Amino acid sequence: MSDILEIRSSEDVVRVRQRVRAVAVEAGLSLVDQTKIVTAASELARNTLDYGGGGTVRIDLVAGPRRGVRLQFEDQGPGIADIAAALRDGFTTGGGLGLGLGGAKRLSSEFAIDSTPGQGTRVTIARFK
Amino acid sequence: MDRIPILKLGDVLLVTIQVDMHDELASALEEDLTQRIVAVGARGVLIDISALEIVDSFMGRMLDNIAAVSRILDADTVVVGMRPAVAITLVELGLSLHGVKTALDVDKGLALIAGSARHAWRNTIVADDEDGAYGE
Repeated sequence: MSDILEIRSSEDVVRVRQRVRAVAVEAGLSLVDQTKIVTAASELARNTLDYGGGGTVRIDLVAGPRRGVRLQFEDQGPGIADIAAALRDGFTTGGGLGLGLGGAKRLSSEFAIDSTPGQGTRVTIARFK
Repeated sequence: MDRIPILKLGDVLLVTIQVDMHDELASALEEDLTQRIVAVGARGVLIDISALEIVDSFMGRMLDNIAAVSRILDADTVVVGMRPAVAITLVELGLSLHGVKTALDVDKGLALIAGSARHAWRNTIVADDEDGAYGE
């Protein structure tokens, strides 16, 4: 099962949170784990909107022995020139708290980021049971 | 645009957040609350977040801002009803809400506001005594 949602407005960010919650429940994640992946999704969806100029998220329920949720956020925005700096707490180019990317990484069991300046950014996270 | 209602209970403003807020709604609440604190001369602001399933960095910053602004306007902000899973997640996210007072429920939150108002009043009396010549 795979779902692709558009992220074009802050209402879309709310829809992403709700959809991720539903899939996390379906995967059987504990309440704390659900809360962590939904919070991470909220941070990344906002990044996609605010820094990437909008994009999409693909939501997958991971079946098999280790059930969980995997999310892939993608945008065609300006990209991130210095990923290490962007992951550092307190680093922001947009007036936020600078906790989004690093925080999302801490809240996830799996984290990958791929970004090309001028072409866009893709962030993949997962949380398992 | 939708607004989150702000109730007045004596000199305390009470906000119960019952919807999954998008960012503009959170920002509007911050603005509305600031204006109401001044308009009604509120001594306290109680924000009940027991219905919130998550608090992310944006909402956390909103709570921090409301607390900071209300402090400058001589009102105390207490956030009540945070769910345990939300608290665990907030800390891991890296947000400790240093400037925000918290209480487990609305009753305890109101008691906290009433307590600090009494404390401030007592300090005023003491200050007046020491400063008798200029007292009102």
